[in-house]
Amino acid sequence: MSSPSTAAKGPEPVPAEAPAHVEGTGQQPPELVGRSPGRLAWLRFRRDRTGMICAGVVIFYLVVALAAPLISKVYGKNPYELYGQDLGLLNSYGIPLKPNGGIDGDFWFGLEPQLGRDVFTLLIYGIRTSLGIALAVTTVSVVVGVLIGLVQGYLGGRSDYFLGRFSDLMLSFPQQLFFIAFTPVIVALFVSPRDEEPTYVRIAALVIVQFVLGWMSVGRLVRAQVLSLREREFIEAARISGASSGRIIRKELLPNIWSTILVQSTLLLPVNVTAEAGLSYLGVGILPPTPDWGLMFQQAAAYYESDVTFMFFPGIAMVIFVVAFNLLGDSVRDALDPKTVR
Amino acid sequence: MLRFLVRRVLGALVILLLISAITYFLFFFLPSDPALLSCGKNCSPQNVALIRKNLGLDLPIWTQYWHFMVGIFAGRDMPIGHCPAPCFGYSFADQQLVWDTIADRYPTTLSLAIGGATVFLCVGVGLGLVSAWQQGRAFDRIASGVSLVGNSVQIYFLGPIAIGLFASSWHVLDRGHDPDWSHDPWGSVQGLILPCMVLSVIFWSNYSRQTRSLMVEQMSEDHIRAARAKGMSSRYVFLRYALRGAAASIITIFGIDLSAVLGGAIITEVTFGLHGLGLLSVQAVLRSDLPLEMAVMLIGATIIVVCNIVVDAAYALIDPRIRLS
Repeated sequence: MSSPSTAAKGPEPVPAEAPAHVEGTGQQPPELVGRSPGRLAWLRFRRDRTGMICAGVVIFYLVVALAAPLISKVYGKNPYELYGQDLGLLNSYGIPLKPNGGIDGDFWFGLEPQLGRDVFTLLIYGIRTSLGIALAVTTVSVVVGVLIGLVQGYLGGRSDYFLGRFSDLMLSFPQQLFFIAFTPVIVALFVSPRDEEPTYVRIAALVIVQFVLGWMSVGRLVRAQVLSLREREFIEAARISGASSGRIIRKELLPNIWSTILVQSTLLLPVNVTAEAGLSYLGVGILPPTPDWGLMFQQAAAYYESDVTFMFFPGIAMVIFVVAFNLLGDSVRDALDPKTVR
Repeated sequence: MLRFLVRRVLGALVILLLISAITYFLFFFLPSDPALLSCGKNCSPQNVALIRKNLGLDLPIWTQYWHFMVGIFAGRDMPIGHCPAPCFGYSFADQQLVWDTIADRYPTTLSLAIGGATVFLCVGVGLGLVSAWQQGRAFDRIASGVSLVGNSVQIYFLGPIAIGLFASSWHVLDRGHDPDWSHDPWGSVQGLILPCMVLSVIFWSNYSRQTRSLMVEQMSEDHIRAARAKGMSSRYVFLRYALRGAAASIITIFGIDLSAVLGGAIITEVTFGLHGLGLLSVQAVLRSDLPLEMAVMLIGATIIVVCNIVVDAAYALIDPRIRLS
């Protein structure tokens, strides 16, 4: 885009004189900054209002998750103390005495039924747990998916065939069932069933099971892209000029598939968050008393008829989060690949 | 076609064999001692030894796996009693035949899956088609917005709300219960309406989005323009040409989703307390009932590979450019 205008503005190749001439006449110097594809995408994204708002929402969630300990310190409560029971704010059925789930100046989002923990800190810590696990799963899945896709597409032949069949095999596992069945198995790998299991083992197990079935979609996409790129002239040119395979992958292939990777990651993350929350909801993910987004739904499902408010906060928070992420994914795709029809 | 089917079925069998092997080894060869699990909380070492012998856990793992696989096709005699042909052993938790338990629970899962899939396919594709037809107008905007939110709502949030509204407050729908088709067909339908509705929401919103974008993409293709230039009515072109082009992709997604719900819509079943395969599998995991888990996993995987083959065959029927090889 910038090259024709460069040619039009400076017909005579006198680069040394050109700036002096401009300064002398006091004219506004035409800005001839080269725009990289990334910069163009960023400019397009900046113009997309929905995308910017969604990016703001997503960043907000990330900040809340990161700063949860800080926020709860300022707020003066923690997600483990049983305020409702200790302060006598629950009735004999374990339902908050005050209306709307016990919302007041002290407990902004009310109290959890039965145990009486503070919903606000539960939620921010829950988001922290779920988002952290989902981020880890997404990162590992994407990295491994890209690696396998690259190997498949670039090497082709037998390694492509076997990795492809392997990915077929993994795709044939019933996903949710695999998660719930193998989380205890992996936990048992680290700790004997009789011992108290530390939370980080659970988290590691959840990350591992979700990753094991999570990399195939990225892998297939990357493979397809690399297959079509591999035959292009610029790759051939690089190879003829003696570039090593590592260099071709790093400097020629990867820059071309970044956009796919980025879009896939933004679409994968909310899926992983809801999957993790679903596992905790079913009672096979994070175990209480560790705060978790999905566990809040589990608690809420038991009390939704007497205390709807408690379900409302995690539910709405999750809908907003997923909507924002999905819209962000669409905007990122539009920004990176303006050719797609929508 | 025949060659394609034979090849695919053979491939599917290999995949199932591998899945059964991986699952079996992970379940039975890991530190979580199945004998301890099936024995319960406090049991004596003698008991454990006895159970280990009864379950055949003292044999080498390969032999155990071989017995298990032979049992599925030919049945086997277990210490606890004979186990007829599709033999997945006896449940650790209640000493029932695993296959009987599954056969008992499967009608619920099947009813939920068929009901839900019908709703989400019709509503989703229908909405998508109308949105694409009305592209850019009010209906399209509203439908896109609804689909976006629907796509982002989770069953564990929507389910309790739906029960609270439709069943507890307004009393217009049943809160969801297991179907009993032979004794109470009408009651079964009523019991399934709410679960099917909730289950289908997350799916149809995806279908309407996909269908819409596929149709919009199709309508900009050259052959569509050529057909319009020849003077064909736009509705005919839309429904006959563009829909046919979009159908292949829709069927692919449908195959994946259908196989997922046929293998047990776990969260829906748990939320509505339906005693199908999904709830069964969660209970099996919580009780460490390995034979039951094993069976549910294999059934789920079988459904997935069968659906894949059917989808690929259907794909070729719809799109003559694709040759089965």
